[in-house]
Amino acid sequence: MTPLLDLQRRMASAVMQPLAQSDQMRRRNPQRRSNAKEAAEFIKPNSRLTSFERLEIYNRQYWFRILDSFAEDFPGLRAVVGRKRFDRIARAYLTECPSQSFTLRNLGQFLPQWLADHNDLAGDRYSLAADMLKLEWAHIEAFDAADLPRLTPEALMTLGEDPQLLLQPHISLHELHYAVDDLLLAVRKHDEEQEETGAARAFPIRRWLKNSPEPIYLAVHRADYSVCYRRLERESYLLLTTLRERKPLSEALETAFAQSPLSEEDQAMHIQEWFAAWMALGWFAVPFRSHGENE
Amino acid sequence: MPANRFNGFTEYGVGIGLRIPHYRHILEQKPVVDWFEIISENYMIDGGRPLAILDQILEQYRVVQHGVSMYFGSAQPLNPEHLKRLKTLVKRTNTPWLTDHLCWGSVDGRYTHDLLPIPYTWEAVDTTAEKIRQVRDFVEVPIAVENVSSYAEFHDSVMTEWEFLNEVVERADCGILLDVNNIYVSSVNHDFDPHVYVDSVPAERVAQIHIAGHSRYEKYVLDTHDHPVIDPVWALYEHAIERIGPTATLLEWDDKIPSFEEVHREALKANKYLDKVRLAQTPQRPAGELTEVRA
Repeated sequence: MTPLLDLQRRMASAVMQPLAQSDQMRRRNPQRRSNAKEAAEFIKPNSRLTSFERLEIYNRQYWFRILDSFAEDFPGLRAVVGRKRFDRIARAYLTECPSQSFTLRNLGQFLPQWLADHNDLAGDRYSLAADMLKLEWAHIEAFDAADLPRLTPEALMTLGEDPQLLLQPHISLHELHYAVDDLLLAVRKHDEEQEETGAARAFPIRRWLKNSPEPIYLAVHRADYSVCYRRLERESYLLLTTLRERKPLSEALETAFAQSPLSEEDQAMHIQEWFAAWMALGWFAVPFRSHGENE
Repeated sequence: MPANRFNGFTEYGVGIGLRIPHYRHILEQKPVVDWFEIISENYMIDGGRPLAILDQILEQYRVVQHGVSMYFGSAQPLNPEHLKRLKTLVKRTNTPWLTDHLCWGSVDGRYTHDLLPIPYTWEAVDTTAEKIRQVRDFVEVPIAVENVSSYAEFHDSVMTEWEFLNEVVERADCGILLDVNNIYVSSVNHDFDPHVYVDSVPAERVAQIHIAGHSRYEKYVLDTHDHPVIDPVWALYEHAIERIGPTATLLEWDDKIPSFEEVHREALKANKYLDKVRLAQTPQRPAGELTEVRA
């Protein structure tokens, strides 16, 4: 190992270690070594600050930055589990899963799986928290995902009798047990009001804790550069999820209506309505081969 | 403004950073602004509102890209995904030059999202210069590196920060983004004369200048970009342009961001100093000399 790499590993390890409860740098690192001794080995003191105090500036800056970014990305999770648990989750997650991307946008990319592995941290609200996380991560992804050239009705006609339709990359499809779409909108409104008035009242979560009697099918997508949530019927959800797997339209329709109580006449009517809405929203993209790229 | 090969032979005036709270004002009011600096990483995405806004800005304004996570000083190789996305953005913006920091911030695939100081060693000179050359050769635009604010010095360092900067830019044959606020902040934190730093920089390599505000604490100064520029930094700026010549100047304001007008007004204070230098550089006609009049 070169001296430069050695120093960078030592410093990164020190900078990224969790803060003490007082938000100061811990006296000892996770290996129980004195951080003051560690800092003194590679950082010079000056007339006002010890080596430890100079290192601590970076340690605190690191945590304040990533905790702010995490809180900005997951206001819904914070409302669900409460501020104390949220802070505990944030610090534990970011300690185990530090950023692996050049952009802070991806800070929460492992959070849904991580929380599933540490569900005790969400207490008895884990199921609601898991649904909320699905939605919040889908929102982040939808915000800046690609918007491919839209499939026009004319182009659709050229794809043959049983086409494989391509969904826009910004669309994600979710089966949920809680009305987290409505909940997240309520949380955002609450947070905006709190910010405007300078108050710091916690979000009243109690009435949202009850799960939905029926599954909720939701598409998270982008329209006019805004991220939107659109409820789907079970059949349309199955149809879209099967199309997303690049299965032919006939197979997607078969899957969608396999256990549907709808009559054939109603099915036909729904299919027509759904496709009219989805085409208007631009949910289907021109298949790759049509705009000169490889699949 | 001195056009040179490190700023694409451009003569830009006084710009400000393009920030989200100002989007609406800029697009609706279309204020006259010499140029905008964008944070590259905010637009290295596949689609969505940020790119749509950027395209609208590009239709009316000159834009220069400024990066925050290339980490030229990292001991480990560059991130190829980062480079690829950066080049895509460069093609979109046609930035005449590209800037990022003389720092490191990631190791073993973990990112601190901070601008960590480099030990001023010969190994670091070689590593950093090599990375700058690699980026320049890949993105095919001139690169200027920015000096960072720092709060720690290393036992390993064998030269001053300005000696390190000079060695790196000579070996990489790149430009300098001279941040006079960062020089001021580091001069307080490390007890050196900021004028010595400015006087040591190769003037012909300075592509751009940054100015910003900072926060003073009891024992150190933190580079927070959340205040107006203080008088000693303006004085250092004046000293820098007297030596370097009138140079493309940008005000950074990243936190507690006030109205567009306030930020722009603060930036335009630079013109007082630029005009003074321009006037001093204008050849003076001897008293009594007659102007030839042609019929």
